[in-house]
Amino acid sequence: MAQFSRITSQAVPLPINDIDTDQIIPARFMKGTNKEGLGENLFNDWRFLKDGSPNPEFILNRKEVQGGQILIAGDNFGCGSSREHAPWALMGWGFRAVISTSFADIFHNNALKNGLLPVVVDEEILVDLFDMVEEVPLVNFTIDLAQQSLLLPDGRAVEFPIDTFSKNSLLGGVDQLQYLLSMEDRIVSYEVEHDPS
Amino acid sequence: MSRRPEMNHRTHFDKVWEDHVVFQEPDYPAILYIDLHLIHEVTSPQAFDGLRPKGLRVRRPDKSLATMDHSTPTLPLNQVVMDPQAEFQLKQLELNCQEFGIPLFQLGSENRGIVHVISPELGMTQPGMTIVCGDSHTSTHGAFGALAFGIGTSEVEHVLATQCLLQHKPQSMEIRIEGKLDPGVTAKDIILALIARIGINGGVGYAVEYTGEAIRSLDMEGRMTVCNMSIEAGARAGMIAPDDTTFEYLADREYTPKGEDWERALSRWRQLGSEECATYDRSITMDVSNLEPMITFGTNPGMGIMISEAIPNPDHVKDPERKAALIKALRYMDLKPGKPLLGHKVDVVFLGSCTNSRITDLRMATSLLDGRKVSEKVRVLVVPGSEEIKKMAEAEGLHQRFIQAGAEWREPGCSMCIGMNGDQLEPGQYAVSTSNRNFEGRQGKGGRTFLASPLTAIASAITGQIMDPRTLM
Ligand code: SF4
Repeated sequence: MAQFSRITSQAVPLPINDIDTDQIIPARFMKGTNKEGLGENLFNDWRFLKDGSPNPEFILNRKEVQGGQILIAGDNFGCGSSREHAPWALMGWGFRAVISTSFADIFHNNALKNGLLPVVVDEEILVDLFDMVEEVPLVNFTIDLAQQSLLLPDGRAVEFPIDTFSKNSLLGGVDQLQYLLSMEDRIVSYEVEHDPS
Repeated sequence: MSRRPEMNHRTHFDKVWEDHVVFQEPDYPAILYIDLHLIHEVTSPQAFDGLRPKGLRVRRPDKSLATMDHSTPTLPLNQVVMDPQAEFQLKQLELNCQEFGIPLFQLGSENRGIVHVISPELGMTQPGMTIVCGDSHTSTHGAFGALAFGIGTSEVEHVLATQCLLQHKPQSMEIRIEGKLDPGVTAKDIILALIARIGINGGVGYAVEYTGEAIRSLDMEGRMTVCNMSIEAGARAGMIAPDDTTFEYLADREYTPKGEDWERALSRWRQLGSEECATYDRSITMDVSNLEPMITFGTNPGMGIMISEAIPNPDHVKDPERKAALIKALRYMDLKPGKPLLGHKVDVVFLGSCTNSRITDLRMATSLLDGRKVSEKVRVLVVPGSEEIKKMAEAEGLHQRFIQAGAEWREPGCSMCIGMNGDQLEPGQYAVSTSNRNFEGRQGKGGRTFLASPLTAIASAITGQIMDPRTLM
């Protein structure tokens, strides 16, 4: 999985609550059998109009936000399905972190397993963030995972939570599958004890 | 942090959880053993691809089961030209299952069907198990007292390789459903009412246990409908402690234990369930005595009302974000606030999905049909959840009743629940759907979905407009 330590980037605001995985990547783009190319279909139905032309109103179609690695979104981001295609699509587009007040459970897990960092901030900070990018669209934010800190352009540092295990995995300290594989002996004993057949 | 319950204060969830923890280091997630891993074509190929370069095998193919459901056609195979991408995806699953020795119910198999429909009907889903699948509606299996939840594709790879998952223990929530349902009001209405009340993030971080009189009086199929949509409230899992209803359903199914093994399993299963003095991190109660059939008007499953109520008016919503969401939803749905949904035109009715495609759902719908025809203006798709259900329905003659009424009787699969297989709404069309998600474009780009029970769906099919099923009973 991709590692994560520190990024500095402008942010793309999407001030909508409950953005579900069907919006992030509609199911009809999930017929592929690999992880590639999903970025092209990120937010497809919001990005394109009925006639297939880009929707000029939609933020991701604006020139100035291209290259932004941070997405700022409303509450409960990623609700809906378990599709890991959602973080794959976000990362395929170029995002490395999503900031919101809350994330749906499965999306949160999936994001962490792919090196897409979910950054949880409180409501007030989120409103500040939206205001800042509205005023100065190209303003930079820094996310420092080791410090668990989000650095705002006004100099404030906002701490965000992350569980130790996921943090270590993202910083490159633990490979989750390797960790599980290293538990082989314990898994065997569990199986013997619970399922002697 | 979740509480550490003492032995005699444990909830049903605590028991199942503790029974499956292989090991846990401080500050690390638990290593949770998985008893059953369900697999389908859409979320698995990348996981199998992950195993190969690492030289890994599937640890327990005997605890895995694969089916084809999401992108399969619902017309007979000799009548369709399959989407080449979907065909490739199905082929890929077949090859992966062959290579790794995983049992697969592929197209043509008489056990095939929607993953969350076939596992219970075969008796593979059993009380006290841990069950996962790369699919959020895995919560369905909680109806049997299993701890069942959806996982992503990276986790699918973890389970394939190790039969284990890394999990933080969720908190526990009791949702007590009291009261007695009126005729015409069903399990689907209970869960839609609950989500309307607690919101689509009301369950985030929790494993929910449903208790109370109204839950106990549901049959297994109704309980599956309730647990199925737990994820629509954001819950990690939804469970119902097993009881005689559960055991009766399971007895003599293909994969349930037989003879003495059955007796042993029963006595183990009877130890499950929450202790009398168990405490939950959160408890809520909902009374369903005066509940009406529910229907959604918006673009998430929490935007639901009782069928006689009016569509909420954004002007009356104080919270600015909720107000914005409501305005956005009504614009997408092209609906006027303050008006009732009753009488609104309907273009398509979809009866199917892992929420409501089981035999009782089909029987319920035909009972209301009662010789009537569906409106000529409405396209009605009936998609049984599995080959087994299709066979049962045909043996009872239900299919003839649907066909004679003017509905399409289709082959089993997910179909228009997710619209991956070509069964889709046209832009702007309105559908009453017995599925579980009404997100923008879920059933086809630009399509608009009203979620409701099979009774409400068929009543609307008959009259060509949103209809309270009780008026036809
Ligand atoms: S029927 Fe719908 S919700 Fe259920 S598994 Fe299929 S696509 Fe998912």
